[in-house]
Amino acid sequence: MDVNQYLEIFLDETNEHLQSLSDQLMILENEPENEDTINEIFRAAHSLKGMAGTMGYKRMQALTHDMENVFSEIRNGKMKVTSQLVDVLFQTLDALEEYKNTIQETQDEGTNDNAAIIQALQKCLDEGTGAPAEEKPKEKKEEAPAAASDADSGDGGDKKWKKINLQEHEINAIKEAEEKKMKIYGCTVFVQESCILKAARAFLVFKAIEEMGEIIISDPSTQDIEDEKFDFDFSLYIVSAEPYEKIAEAIKSVSEIDRVVGEKIEIEDILEGAQAETKAAEEEAAPQAQEETKPAVHEPAAAAAPAQGAGAAPAKKQTPGKPVVNRTVRVDIEKLDVLMNLVSELIIAKNSLVSYSSGGQAGNNSSFNEQIEYLESVTTNLHESVMKVRMVPIESITTKFPRMIRDLSKKLNKKMELYMSGEDTELDRTVVDEIGDPLMHMLRNSADHGLESAEERIANGKDPVGSIFLDAYQDGNNVVIEVKDDGKGIDVEAVKRKAIERGTITPEQGETMSSKEIIDLLFLPSFSTAKVVSDVSGRGVGLDVVKSKIEALGGDVSVKTKLGEGSTFSIRLPLTLAIIQALMVIVGGEKYAISLGSIDTIEDISVDEIKYVEAKEVINLRGNVIPIVRLHEVLGLEAPEENRDSMIVVIVKKGDQYAGLVVDELIGQQEIVIKSLGKYINCTSRMISGATILGDGEVALIIDANCLI
Amino acid sequence: MDEISLMNNEYDTTQYIVINIGDEQYGIDIKYVDNIVRMQKITRVPNCQEYFKGVINLRGEVVPVMSFRMKVGLPETELTNKTRIIIIKLEPNAPVGIIVDAVREVVTLGENNVDEAAKSSTSNDPSYINGIGKCGETLISLLDLNVVISEKEKE
Repeated sequence: MDVNQYLEIFLDETNEHLQSLSDQLMILENEPENEDTINEIFRAAHSLKGMAGTMGYKRMQALTHDMENVFSEIRNGKMKVTSQLVDVLFQTLDALEEYKNTIQETQDEGTNDNAAIIQALQKCLDEGTGAPAEEKPKEKKEEAPAAASDADSGDGGDKKWKKINLQEHEINAIKEAEEKKMKIYGCTVFVQESCILKAARAFLVFKAIEEMGEIIISDPSTQDIEDEKFDFDFSLYIVSAEPYEKIAEAIKSVSEIDRVVGEKIEIEDILEGAQAETKAAEEEAAPQAQEETKPAVHEPAAAAAPAQGAGAAPAKKQTPGKPVVNRTVRVDIEKLDVLMNLVSELIIAKNSLVSYSSGGQAGNNSSFNEQIEYLESVTTNLHESVMKVRMVPIESITTKFPRMIRDLSKKLNKKMELYMSGEDTELDRTVVDEIGDPLMHMLRNSADHGLESAEERIANGKDPVGSIFLDAYQDGNNVVIEVKDDGKGIDVEAVKRKAIERGTITPEQGETMSSKEIIDLLFLPSFSTAKVVSDVSGRGVGLDVVKSKIEALGGDVSVKTKLGEGSTFSIRLPLTLAIIQALMVIVGGEKYAISLGSIDTIEDISVDEIKYVEAKEVINLRGNVIPIVRLHEVLGLEAPEENRDSMIVVIVKKGDQYAGLVVDELIGQQEIVIKSLGKYINCTSRMISGATILGDGEVALIIDANCLI
Repeated sequence: MDEISLMNNEYDTTQYIVINIGDEQYGIDIKYVDNIVRMQKITRVPNCQEYFKGVINLRGEVVPVMSFRMKVGLPETELTNKTRIIIIKLEPNAPVGIIVDAVREVVTLGENNVDEAAKSSTSNDPSYINGIGKCGETLISLLDLNVVISEKEKE
């Protein structure tokens, strides 16, 4: 069957299911008894399994199948949700996500079997169902009293060493050891799946063991292990005088080793097994029998699963409690871009009609003007609708964050809680796609460097659980996203010292810099690459990347911090990328556009109202002291003759900061289409954010007022 | 493009647009030329590279325009009605205009008519020339557009 045509739908739906799984797991971790959640997870896992199977992704199907089994047991009340289990399940999700990504890139699921995760799931299943009374039974205890056959079947997953066939000389070696009162152990070592140099880790394990005893045999063979010809586990027979715990400890001390399963073996067992093995027929049968018993154990679970699945399907139909899905059409973003460009063209054409009608014969034909006005309202509405089509809530990226914070919390061993608000704030699709990484970075920064350890927090009289806030809201023509933490804040003095040490600024500069200017140093590329700085100041890793990414989107980043109370990183992004309402002004004979979104008011200021603060021109406007920016100076134009006694000042604002831009003349408000200046022209001051084409065909530059504040 | 011309002709030939800068003649590989337009109003861009005169409106697209003379370190001359802007597209969606004194003709040069640029005689670095074309009696300096458009400015 040619399934390629369904690939896109498959990927979309997989995404949805994975997200819902992740969300529900988060809930489950806090409310392990929540039946709705368990049912929801079960359903999602079941659908995923079905979809993967249909598309022929066997490995993905196998993994989801095992996950489904676990939930089937939980649902039947045979198993309890433990935090250990949730960890394994999150790992499973990561593995599934990886499959999805591989499929997205290559249309193939790849070759990673994720055997270790499957084993871990089975282990959870075994533990959970096998001994519900004891929450975390040691495998040893569980198996010790069991009959030989039971032990064999029960450990099908983990105790792989039992599959090793001992040869005569190895048995002899064991006998020799026994005579020397040494103990014999069988064990299986699991290497973490993320481990890159498996062979090196295995070597370290071998070395650790050899310090205390001797390895009789390994599976795969030593040679194969050295050549990295093994999945993520290897099994060993060890003779040693030391107790098992000590050996296991030594193995675990090697990094990137996931876990060790093993036990002491009695020599009689080995001899018995060896005798049995002499019979050729049984020799073959033994490992097979093991293979067969393994699924047998899980048969009840497996049998239950389809039954549950069947039960779940009608149940799904009966529960229309889920919010009714919006009627949607998936549209390729490129098609929207084309539509957007056409709207831009239309607006330019309309603008030229407007300028034609207002020049010369204006007023001659009132019905002509009426039609123009009508056209204007239609194009504006059209533009808005197209814009809205491209808008998506930032929810699509923020949903991943709670999970990330949870992982960080475990990894950093700090308690923290993420509070989010305004996830429904909408932004242009292209912007949303781009800000995911910067936001993640900032959250990580807050968690890693911003928040203190629990002890430190208690010592400072704070709640031991740190808080990180992610707030998004619309502010005029901008969307603001804030990442706030209640951690230790940025130590401005430490940053200054470090900057001087590194030669970024001179000590004299340091003296005169405001604390805000010093904090801005953190965004310099040279600063953030330095690991030392992040240790002292606690900030600065990769902030320059965040800044450049946000600026590429036409936005900006700012920081507010208070030592001991926390810091706030704000990202300010333009709501739209292509068409904005702007105020057209004339400076030194040239036309410029200023985005209406950043304009607060326009004032007529008399020249003698200008005051000087620190040799800078300011005005006092209704109690606010606002710095004055003479645009002709920053734009490199000749100063106009100063014979006027008043001037036109456009007051622009960014957040709670204001600036007054002095212009020569106002033309009026206009809808403008933003065009890029192209990649060759380099505006050193970033003051010009783009250009636009006016009704008369002339090009006018757009002034980014945010850069002048 | 080279392959196509190979297929069409037995010899490897390239077409060049010949432009005038002062008395000198330069050739621009025609495959990079998107358009040639008359001089028009250029909107100055403040605080950008010296040799960029600004941006123009080319049928709804904003295109940056550079002065060839300033880029290669020649004195500016007055604009005449022969002055043209050659719109170059080295990459799709990234057009750039180059102001030249005049556009003369299109010539077709075979490989045997193109010599390597004599590197030692021109002390200009970076070299804007990647070959000398012979067309009858006249010599045409063939421009390396990547160098002309790139960031580097003549010291």
